[in-house]
Amino acid sequence: MNQLLTFIRKEFLHVFRDRKTLLMLFGLPIAQIVLFGFALSNEIKNSRIAIVDYSKDAVTTQLVNKISSGNYFDIQRTLQSATQLETAFKKGDIRMAVIFPANFSTDLVHTGKAAIQVIADASDPNLATTITNYITRIVNDFNTQTALTAGRPLQIVPEMQFLYNPELKGAPNFVPGVMALVLMLVCTMMTSVAIVKEKELGTMEILLVSPFKPIYIIISKLTPNLLISIVNLFIILVLSALFLDLHVKGSILLLTFDSMLFILTSLSIGLLLSINAKTQQAAMMASLMGMMLPTMLLTGFLFPIENMPLPLQALSNIVPSRWYFIIVKKVMLKGLGVTAVWKETLILAGMCLLLFAISLRRFKIRLQ
Amino acid sequence: MIRTLYFLLEKEFRQIMRNKGIVRMLIIAPVIQLILLPLAADYSVKNISIAVVDNDHSTASQRLIGKITSSGYFKLTGYTGSYNAALSMVEQEKADLALQIPAHFERDLVRENSQKLYIAINAIEGTKANLGGAYLTSIITDFNDEIRVDWHTSGSSTGPDAPQISIASSNWYNPFMNFHLYIVPAILVTLVTAMAAMQTAFNIVQEKENGTIEQINVTPIKKYVFITGKMIPFLVLGIIIFTLGLIVGWIFYGVVSTGSLWVLYLSLVDYLFAMLGLGLLLATYSGTQQQAMSLSFFFINIFNMMSGAFTAVDSMPGWAQAIVSTFPPYHFIRIMRMVVLKGSGITDILPDLGAMFAIGLVLNVWAIVNYRKTA
Amino acid sequence: MSSITTATPSATPPVITTDKLTKRFGQFVAASQLTFQVYKGEIFGFLGANGAGKTTAMRMLCGLLKPSSGNATIAGYDVYTQTEKIKQRIGYMSQKFSLYDDLTVSENIRFYAGIYGMSTPRIKEKTSQLLQELQLEKEAKTLVSDLPLGWKQKLSFSVSIVHDPDIVFLDEPTGGVDPVTRRQFWDLIYHAADRGVTVFVTTHYMDEAEYCNRVSIMVDGVIAALDSPTRLRQQFGYDNMEDVFYELARNAKRKAD
Repeated sequence: MNQLLTFIRKEFLHVFRDRKTLLMLFGLPIAQIVLFGFALSNEIKNSRIAIVDYSKDAVTTQLVNKISSGNYFDIQRTLQSATQLETAFKKGDIRMAVIFPANFSTDLVHTGKAAIQVIADASDPNLATTITNYITRIVNDFNTQTALTAGRPLQIVPEMQFLYNPELKGAPNFVPGVMALVLMLVCTMMTSVAIVKEKELGTMEILLVSPFKPIYIIISKLTPNLLISIVNLFIILVLSALFLDLHVKGSILLLTFDSMLFILTSLSIGLLLSINAKTQQAAMMASLMGMMLPTMLLTGFLFPIENMPLPLQALSNIVPSRWYFIIVKKVMLKGLGVTAVWKETLILAGMCLLLFAISLRRFKIRLQ
Repeated sequence: MIRTLYFLLEKEFRQIMRNKGIVRMLIIAPVIQLILLPLAADYSVKNISIAVVDNDHSTASQRLIGKITSSGYFKLTGYTGSYNAALSMVEQEKADLALQIPAHFERDLVRENSQKLYIAINAIEGTKANLGGAYLTSIITDFNDEIRVDWHTSGSSTGPDAPQISIASSNWYNPFMNFHLYIVPAILVTLVTAMAAMQTAFNIVQEKENGTIEQINVTPIKKYVFITGKMIPFLVLGIIIFTLGLIVGWIFYGVVSTGSLWVLYLSLVDYLFAMLGLGLLLATYSGTQQQAMSLSFFFINIFNMMSGAFTAVDSMPGWAQAIVSTFPPYHFIRIMRMVVLKGSGITDILPDLGAMFAIGLVLNVWAIVNYRKTA
Repeated sequence: MSSITTATPSATPPVITTDKLTKRFGQFVAASQLTFQVYKGEIFGFLGANGAGKTTAMRMLCGLLKPSSGNATIAGYDVYTQTEKIKQRIGYMSQKFSLYDDLTVSENIRFYAGIYGMSTPRIKEKTSQLLQELQLEKEAKTLVSDLPLGWKQKLSFSVSIVHDPDIVFLDEPTGGVDPVTRRQFWDLIYHAADRGVTVFVTTHYMDEAEYCNRVSIMVDGVIAALDSPTRLRQQFGYDNMEDVFYELARNAKRKAD
C-alpha cells in the first residue's frame, strides 16, 4: 500500500511539474465552455440578405419594414441587378435575396395575388431552409393580418413553445457535449501518452522488473488523470452555472457518479491505446485521429444520431460519450433522477468494466 | 542555400517515409474518415419524432396527423390523449416535439373560424427545434389551405377574397439541398488541419527532445532554411491528403468542384502556410512532445468547433466572430464552400485569401523570432 | 584559490582565445571570467564536477549561447558578431546522442556533409573513407538505431568532423561507453589531432584527462587550474589526476545537479 502511495506521488509530480501541460489541461475546458457557451448559438439571426425592391410602393415598403424589424436579418439594399446579386452570393456577402417585382401592389390589388421572389444560397442547406422559413412566416403573418381584417375563414394558428431552452441558446446542447468531449479526450490522450512516454524513456522496464504489481502501475498512472478530470468536471459545472446560467437541475451526486464512470471508461481506453502504441507520436495520433472526430460526430451533440445510416447508428452505440451525453442532458438540464438514466448508467458501467478488464489483461501479457 | 535545403528535404522525406505507421495514419485515416464522417454529419433534418395528443378524434385531426406522418420529416412515436404523457415522452427523448390538438378542434374551427394548435418542442438541440418547428408550421399551413378549399367548395359564407402574397423561392447552388455538398468540403479542411499543425509541431519538438536540433544549431544552416526544410514536406503531405480527399469526395459523395481546381490549390497552399506557421509557433513554445500535443490539441479542438464546419459563424455574437476571423480554418472553409459549391473565382475569395496570408505571415514571423530566442 | 598557471607559450597560433568570458542566468553566474587560450592541434581537456559550468562555457564557444560579458574569438572569429562564420569552422558533438536514429549510417553522413556545403563527389569520397576508418562498411545501410552505443558514439564523432573543421567540441563524448570502445574513441581523437584539428573535450573520466595535452579544471564557474596533466600532478603533489581533481572539487560550494 505504501508502495502504491509512493508511486502515485511520483505520478502527481510528473503531472504537476509540467506546467504547460497542466495549464492546458485546465485551460482547455475553461476556454471551451466560455467560448462555446457564449458564442455557439443555434438561433439563426443577423443573416445578411439583400432586398431588391423594383416596386417601391406602400405594400412592399410595409413588407420590407416587417422583414427588417426583427433581428433575423441584416439587410443590404444597395444591390440592384442580377449580376450584382450573383457576385454578392459568390463572395459570400449575402445568404439570400428577396426580390419584389415591379408593380407589386398594383398586381396584388388587381389580380389578388403577387409573388415575391426569394433566392437562397443553399450551399448551406439548413440555413437556407431556416431563413426561407423566416421570410415565409413573416409574409404569412402579413397575409393573415390582411385576411383577418378581410374576414378570412377557418384560420388555424399554431402556437409554438420551446421547452428547456426557450431562447434556443447553444449552451444547453453544447455544454454536455463539451463535457463529454473534454473528459474523454483528456483522459485517453493523457493516459496513453504518459504510459508510452515511460516506454520510450525506458523507465517502464525498470518499473516492470521492480516487485511492484502491474495493477499498481496502472492505478498510479490513472489516479492523477482521474483527479484532474474530476476537477475539470467541477470547473465546467461551476462555469456553466456562473456564466451561462446553466445549473444542474438534477442530483449532483448522480451526475458525479456517472461522470466518474465515464472518466474511468475513457481512462481504460487510454490504457488500451498505450499498450499498442510504441511511440508517443503514435499514441497521440491514435487518440486524436481515432477518438476526436468520431467522438465529436457520434456522440449526438452536433448531429442527430437517428439521421445516420444504420451501421453508423450501431457504431455510435459503442461510443461511451454517446451514453454519457444522454445522461448529462437528462440529469443536468432536465433534472431527471436515477429512474430515467439507469439504463445508460448500466451501459457505461458495463463498458468501463469490460475495457478495464481487457487493458489489465493485455498489460500483464506485456510483462512476459 | 538551395543545396542545404535540398539535403534537409532529402532527410525529412526519408524520415517521414521510413515511419510506416505515421504515413499510414496520415494517409489512410483521413480517407476512411472522409468516407464515414459525412454519413454521420448529416443534418438534413428528417425523422423528427413527434408525439401527438389528440383530444379531438375528429376527421380533421386524423387528416392532419396523416399529413404530418406522410411528409417524410416526422415519425409518429406517440399518440396519446394526455398532454402530460406527451411531455414526459419529450422529457425521455422519445419525442422531439409534442403537438396537441385540443378537444372540439374541428367543431370550434367551423364555429369560431379560428382555432389554435399547441406545439411544444425540445429546444436543447436548437437546429432541430428550429427546423422541426418550421416544417410543422408549414405542414399546418398547407393543411389549413386544403381544408379551406375542401370545406368551402360547398361554400357558404365566403368573405371577400383577401389578396394573397405568395413566395416563389429558389435554392441556388444546391437546388436539391444535398447536405453532403455542404459538409464534405468542411470535413476535408478539418482533416488537413489536424495533420498540418500537429505534425509540424511534433516533428520539430521530436528533434528538440532527441537533441538533434542542437547539432543542427551548431552547423551553419540558416534558421529560415531549416524551417523551410521542415515545412515543405508537410506542405507536400497536406497537398497529397487534400487531393486524396477531393477524390474520395468525388467518388463517394459526388462532390465535384464547380470552381477551378487551380483556385482551390492556391488557397490550400495559402492555408497550409498559415497552419504550418502555427505548428512551428507551437513547437517553439513546447519542450516535450506531450506539451506540443496538448497545445495543438487545444487549438484544433477550438478550430473544429468554431470555424463554421459544423456550426454557424453568422449567428455568433460580434466579439466571437472577431475571434473566429483570426482562425485560418474559418477562411479556408469559407473558400472551400464558395469555390466548390458556387464556383467563386479568385476575386470573390480575395478577402479570405488575404486574411489567411496575413495570419500566416504573423504566425511565421512570430515563430521565427521566438525560435531565434530559444535556440 | 590557488594560482592559475598560464600555459607554456606554444609555437602554434591560438585558435581559441577567451578573455574574462562570463555567462549569467539572472543572479546565477554559470561561468565567470574565463580566460584561456587553446592552440592549433592541441587536445584540450575541460574538467569539472556536474554543474561546474563546463557545458555553459562550451555552448558559448560554439555560438549556441550568447556570453553576458567578456570576449572570445574562435578560429579568429568573434563570438558575438561572427557566429555564422564560427559555425563553418567548428564541429560539435553533444552530450545527447545527436544522429538521426531513423536514418542509416551513410544517410547520416551524407546529410551532415551536405549541410556543410560539401560537393557530391567529395561527400561520396568522404563517406567511404569514414566508413573504412570506422570499419563500418557493412553497416552503411543499417539504421543508426540498430547500432550498439559504442559504434554510435564513434560515428557521431566522425560525423562531427566530416567537414574538416579547425576545432571540434566534444561534450562528454564517452559517457556510458565500455573501456575498449573508449580506447578506440581516443584513437580517433588522436588521429584527428594529428591532422591538425584542435580538440576541445569535456570529460568525467580522469584517465581521459591524462590523454590531453592540457587540462583546465572548473570549480563553481571559474577555472581553478590549467596546465598539462604532468605539471598539475607535480603542482598539487599527487601521483594521479583523480586526486588533483578531488582536491579542487571538494571545495565547491555549488551543488552538483
